[in-house]
Amino acid sequence: METLNIFIRSIFIDNMVFSFFFGMCSFIAVSKSVKTALGLGAAVTFVMVMTVPINYLLNEYVLKPNALVEGVDLSFLSFIVFIAVIAAFTQLVEMIVERFSPTLYNQLGIFLPLIAVNCAIMGGSLFMQQKVEAGDIQNAWQSIVYGLGSGLGWWLAIVMMAAIRERITYSHIPAALKGPGIAFIITGLMGIAFMIFSGIKL
Amino acid sequence: MSSKSLKYLTGPLSSDNPVIVQILGICSALAVTVQLKPAIVMGLSVMVVTAFSNLVMSFLRNGVPSRIRIIVQLVVIATFVILVDQILKAFVYDVSKQLSVYVGLIITNCIVMGRVEAFALANKPWASFLDGIGNGAGYAMILIIVAFIRELLGSGSLFGFRIIPESWYIENGGFYSNCGLMLFPPMALIIVGCIIWVHRSRNKELQEK
Repeated sequence: METLNIFIRSIFIDNMVFSFFFGMCSFIAVSKSVKTALGLGAAVTFVMVMTVPINYLLNEYVLKPNALVEGVDLSFLSFIVFIAVIAAFTQLVEMIVERFSPTLYNQLGIFLPLIAVNCAIMGGSLFMQQKVEAGDIQNAWQSIVYGLGSGLGWWLAIVMMAAIRERITYSHIPAALKGPGIAFIITGLMGIAFMIFSGIKL
Repeated sequence: MSSKSLKYLTGPLSSDNPVIVQILGICSALAVTVQLKPAIVMGLSVMVVTAFSNLVMSFLRNGVPSRIRIIVQLVVIATFVILVDQILKAFVYDVSKQLSVYVGLIITNCIVMGRVEAFALANKPWASFLDGIGNGAGYAMILIIVAFIRELLGSGSLFGFRIIPESWYIENGGFYSNCGLMLFPPMALIIVGCIIWVHRSRNKELQEK
């Protein structure tokens, strides 16, 4: 039950985009067509599912106070360790996508290597660390679920956004609002819609 | 200071602003703008990290093979972020608690990475340093504008000091009430959207066709 709660919470209530603004850069830039959005969302979810548990194990057995050597607190190193794991994984995903789907690879362009600096992924690991301290995540299984939920939440958000933006190209928007301006306002309105989920607890 | 170096500093404030023109670094920007104080601390931290990462990467630019540059950049940036994080924890602990994970997220802040990639790898150290300061300042400026609007309308105060008099509130027999919606995350996005709107109607060359 606890695990299901983490899953639902991370998709809807603590949605990466709408409640923490994580991954906004690629969210705004890549949400112009549903197809590309689906691809990037899948890549982000995959990296997230893999890196959050790895970082959980590293946090548990290396970085925590007294974890590696009695009396040594390595937690100040967590930023650099987390980002190294994420960067390595992104490189792997990049190679896989290039091998199996060159079209998607070309569409995603610069944003594929930028998954490494996608705040959603780093944010997922940092929130995982915070949740471990608060006792919300107690084992590796729950950290996988948390990573999956956060990734799916981000995926859902970017696909919804892309669908709206495909439609909105036909409407009459003030010249100055075209592009990023209207995208921000749409995201804000979607965020207000997502606020109805707050308070749901399983 | 020559006019060229002055341009590195002032360009990012308006016509080349990292947040509203280049659309970078929104990730960690908006969640810290409920109040002015964390927004200013965050703006300063990003300015320091961008300036020094630009400086270091500019010194290293000829020695790093381009295949492994991303990981080198991440290590340099992460080092500065760890320094900033430790300093914040030591001197302004309450603000550091408020910023929580967002300090760590400066690493993945697209502004830092973007400026290193786009500018520091092709320019001299001093110019890169100024570019970092300028972009950090442009980022801080947007943060401060958003935080000003949200704190004033959302809690009726600035820097935690009360601006709207107590006697105006409905509970005290007045006519005024805070706009609670301003405290929620979506409003930050809508405010930035409006800032982009105003900015682009004044700078017509930035509008999308």
